[in-house]
Amino acid sequence: MMKETEDNESKRSSRRNFIKKVGAGVGAVSIAGIAGTSVIGGGRLKSGEKVKLLSPDGKLVEVDKDDIQPAKEAVAELKAEAKKGLPNRKFVMVIDLAKCKNARRCVEACQEGHLLPKDHEWMKIFLLQDDHDTSRYWFPRPCFHCDKPMCVSVCPVGATYKRDDGIVLIDNQRCIGCKFCMTGCPYSVRVFNWQDPEVKVPEGYEYDPELAVPQVEGTVGKCIFCADKLRKDELPRCVSACPMGVLYFGDILEDTVTNGEETVRFSKMMTDRAGYRYREDLGTLPSVFYLPPVQRLFPVERGLEDLPDSIRLRYKNAGPR
Amino acid sequence: MTEKKLLEDLTPEIESTGLKWYLTFAAFFIVFCVGIYGLIQQIDKGHIVTGMRDNVVWGLYIVNFIFFMGLSYAGALISGVLHLFHTGWRKSVIRLAELITVISLVIGPFFIFFCIGRLDRLPFLVMYPRIQSPITWDVIAISTDLIGCFMFLYLSFIEDFAILRDYRELNVPPWKHKLYKALSLGYTGNEKQKKILKDAKNVMAAMIIAIAIIVYSVLAWIFGVTLQPGWHSTIFGPYFVIAAVFSGTGLLIILMWIFRKIYHLEEYITKRHFVNVGVLLTIIAAFYGYFTFSDYLTKWYGSIKMDSLLIDKLFSDYYSLFIFANYVGILIPCIIIAFPKFRTIPNITIAAVIAVTALWVNRYIIVIPTLETPFLPIQDIRPAWIKYSPTWVEWSLTFAGISVYGMLFMLVSKIAPIISISEMKEKDQIEILK
Repeated sequence: MMKETEDNESKRSSRRNFIKKVGAGVGAVSIAGIAGTSVIGGGRLKSGEKVKLLSPDGKLVEVDKDDIQPAKEAVAELKAEAKKGLPNRKFVMVIDLAKCKNARRCVEACQEGHLLPKDHEWMKIFLLQDDHDTSRYWFPRPCFHCDKPMCVSVCPVGATYKRDDGIVLIDNQRCIGCKFCMTGCPYSVRVFNWQDPEVKVPEGYEYDPELAVPQVEGTVGKCIFCADKLRKDELPRCVSACPMGVLYFGDILEDTVTNGEETVRFSKMMTDRAGYRYREDLGTLPSVFYLPPVQRLFPVERGLEDLPDSIRLRYKNAGPR
Repeated sequence: MTEKKLLEDLTPEIESTGLKWYLTFAAFFIVFCVGIYGLIQQIDKGHIVTGMRDNVVWGLYIVNFIFFMGLSYAGALISGVLHLFHTGWRKSVIRLAELITVISLVIGPFFIFFCIGRLDRLPFLVMYPRIQSPITWDVIAISTDLIGCFMFLYLSFIEDFAILRDYRELNVPPWKHKLYKALSLGYTGNEKQKKILKDAKNVMAAMIIAIAIIVYSVLAWIFGVTLQPGWHSTIFGPYFVIAAVFSGTGLLIILMWIFRKIYHLEEYITKRHFVNVGVLLTIIAAFYGYFTFSDYLTKWYGSIKMDSLLIDKLFSDYYSLFIFANYVGILIPCIIIAFPKFRTIPNITIAAVIAVTALWVNRYIIVIPTLETPFLPIQDIRPAWIKYSPTWVEWSLTFAGISVYGMLFMLVSKIAPIISISEMKEKDQIEILK
């Protein structure tokens, strides 16, 4: 059983290596599984030792130990994979508005993880007030990864696309920068690279839409649910970074979401806490759910304390709408 | 009117070029160069040099794009509709109208190019097209329209080129003679050729009306298909079409005035033409005003939050622009032209200038306020990025577009008469010139 896990690890190792190069922060990479592989002479000697492996379609198979070759993932394959998405997955996020106090760790983690330039935030936090008589609340807003995404419908060149696992990605080597997707999105999710983002990318690094590094001048960027992390069975950066456990992430097919501390049933959470989606009436079917800001842990004003002036000014027009 | 007199009256502009022409052309060219400098800045430093930011992602460029595309309607209306109804008086202004169409269609798409972040990837629009996207519809529609209108224009030129080719006294350099010979395609005016040409013109006249309607509807649907307040409207297709005809007709009056003055065409473009095109403008203004009113009325009357927010914005930040575009710009031209005693040539021209300017402003307040009123309030963004104001780069390219308009008209007027000789020499001059 241990052996199998290691071998599975090896398949992912090349991808991991390059992510490591980017400096996205990856744990130790085990390459033990491929150390013994060798080809001697013309004929291949078989050790006779069988190893159990999990095939891509989920079947347990047995192969000779010496037949195992380290997987080589060409860039083209990576891009093709990034188009399809993870099989049998459907990702959702749940945001507990009762816990958010605008700590902005999610924003920072996102900025760092994707090497985003200043003023180019994928995660934004709004200070909403639905009406004069109702209370204000903090409202973190990632990309909603809609099931009927307007941005994808209107893209003239197929630069932005919806994957089977629910994630909407952008191929910024295809994007022509017409900004139609930005006017199409009703949630102001997308941001444009108005100038050269001047990202320093390590040598030999190849662009992968799942990490979306580097951002390119004249193209559109947005939250991508950290698709690179998901491929490694890790949580998106904002979820891990949140000190309050506001953000839950998971798979709707498994009916499970987690904020890194507690893991809960998605459907039960929705029922118990009256989960909803922002502007359901628009019919875009977002993959991000909200829990209403009831019995909040902090007063709203706490979110405005300790902010640098440049950030606090961003909320000066906040009010009932 | 004899062909001889026509040629004597209309060819001097082709034969010689005065100092005034060169000076005007140079002035246009300088404006054009400033625009090019702006464009170089934009390509060099990125779109950060424009006033557009993450909320108002479409600015002056898109406003100019839909405005210029709208001007192209002059041709569809005058040459298309009036051609099919055999309206006699159109013949003096038919060439002007067709030139407006083709030149607008050439200039309009450039504003899209300025707006696109990656100009180098423009070929992707045809390399990886997605038919779901209204922009792809637009690419198909505009290219079809451009080809169609160019063909229609050229068909109307053939007879004139043949006349100029055969006009021995024409005092122009040899290359121009050769040009006329090549462009007239061996047209001699025999019965068979006449019939072919007439049939072709009839078919094209009908086609460009249809294509023009499609082009501008598609343009409107780029806005209409989105969910944005103010744009998401079923009325947008016909509303844009009528607005386009409005601006095209207005521009036709302005150009009639300019060419009449400069090229001394008083005998060919008479008060009657101004009044007739002016009356057309009034009728179109009435429709256009009606569409505008019903679009805003339904938004204002109800209680849909986003519509209310948009209306509030229009009546606060954009109050004066709104009043100018949708009251002054529609009512004043109507009043001037509706009362016979106001109907002088300068008055009608002033009405047209007001109409065209107001229409540009109308495009502005359709595009910008909506983008400043997103569903989620504009927050957590640099405060300086909230409100849109165009920068000098955008203005320089706007004026460059207008100057190219002028330059192209000036160049064409030196190669072919701005009034169609072949159309004028036909028998119904009384009808034409009365």
